[in-house]
Amino acid sequence: MLNDYNDVLQKLCHHLKQLAGAEVEITPQTDLINELAIDSVKLLNLIMEIEDEFDISVPINALADVQTVHELANLIHQIKSQKQ
Amino acid sequence: MSLLDKLDAVAAARKALLPEGVEVFGTPIEEVYSSTEARIGDHRILFLGTNNYLGLTFAQECRDAAQEAIHSEGTGTTGSRMANGSYSGHRALEREFAEFYQYRSCIVFTTGYQANLATISGLAGPGDIVLIDGDSHASIYDGCRLSGAEIIRFRHNDAADLEKRLRRLGERSRSTLIIAEGIYSMLGDRAPLADIVKVKDAYNSMLLLDEAHSLGVLGETGQGLVEETGLLDRVDFITGTFSKSLGGIGGYCVSNHPQLDQLRYVSRPYIFTASPTPATIASTRAALRLLREGVELRRQLWKNVHQLYSQLKELGYRLGPEPSPVIATILETPQQALALWKGLLEHGIYVNLVLPPATPEGHSLVRCSVSAVHTSEQMNHVGKTFAKLREIIFQ
Repeated sequence: MLNDYNDVLQKLCHHLKQLAGAEVEITPQTDLINELAIDSVKLLNLIMEIEDEFDISVPINALADVQTVHELANLIHQIKSQKQ
Repeated sequence: MSLLDKLDAVAAARKALLPEGVEVFGTPIEEVYSSTEARIGDHRILFLGTNNYLGLTFAQECRDAAQEAIHSEGTGTTGSRMANGSYSGHRALEREFAEFYQYRSCIVFTTGYQANLATISGLAGPGDIVLIDGDSHASIYDGCRLSGAEIIRFRHNDAADLEKRLRRLGERSRSTLIIAEGIYSMLGDRAPLADIVKVKDAYNSMLLLDEAHSLGVLGETGQGLVEETGLLDRVDFITGTFSKSLGGIGGYCVSNHPQLDQLRYVSRPYIFTASPTPATIASTRAALRLLREGVELRRQLWKNVHQLYSQLKELGYRLGPEPSPVIATILETPQQALALWKGLLEHGIYVNLVLPPATPEGHSLVRCSVSAVHTSEQMNHVGKTFAKLREIIFQ
């Protein structure tokens, strides 16, 4: 279970680095909007990439509670687990 | 951060982007002379961003009908149809729209925004899914949010991507409402309707098509993309607005599903708002007649569209993917877009400046909308001005 989460986190960080720049340090606590300057449009496009990467559906309503990298990774992990 | 601090942050962001004294958004217009001309400050300007595709805002029939309605029924209804009743004009316009589309029924709404808000939030609810094009209009996003349904986006105008997302939903695709637009308001491109219909049929989903920018513009009688593609009977719900080709304000939804009428009892944006005024309804009824007969207006509109689109393309401007009454010039930076917008205004041409995040892919746009009643002299002036400004903007 933890391995699954770590796998999600690693892949998510890879996508985030493409958006924010390879030199930016990303940790689970990193704030997506305030620290990575990912605006709402970029975040929605990122979600489509993630849906394809993990073959899941992420309703954008669920993003209302997401602020950090960990929270997004956790959401993806939960949806992925429900599917399995 | 307090409530007001948030607004201060918005003001600071605007100030950083826009120079002092430039009123880009909500530019004050002192006088309106015609469907295409007005006065801003001391300058007579050409409207080239008003969505007045058929130029009907000054049509004599529409103005006469509105005046007559004010004389006979007053200035407003002062309440909702649920509480204050449905005037004969409301009911007549609904019959006329249903007959226009040869659909079973129609509901008229007070604005186009509310048409999407009301229809989407009335149709979908918690447990359902709305699958929307990534470039959807804000009214679609807001309608989806109000519905409480799960919102999933598919890549803009990509039916294969839509199919992939429906496949992921499995059985839930049966309780999914797909939403697309006839012509997209930012770049002026059309939905690949035949492909979308094929996918929605394969997954037993439902399709809502918003014809806000395509009503009056596409198809022999102006029904929109459904008519141009011959797919009128394959779409479940069509929404649209009176505020573009029909030159008024309001919106509609038509459908062959008998359940449409029940939206009147469940849809909050329909129930809890004042109904359209008698003048609005009367001018819209007159405009709808002109729109249906407007073959010549559409011919002139498309002549103007092709002229401007090809001129701008030849000049090297980056444009939306296909000619359409919405002609968007895509600029590299907000500053470039602002400079072009200001330059056009200084030459007497008023267009729309659209900046991120309201734009697809974070583009900065200078958006023109062409009208059937723009004269060839006006179109030539526009072409020459874009040519002159190109040297300045891209030097």
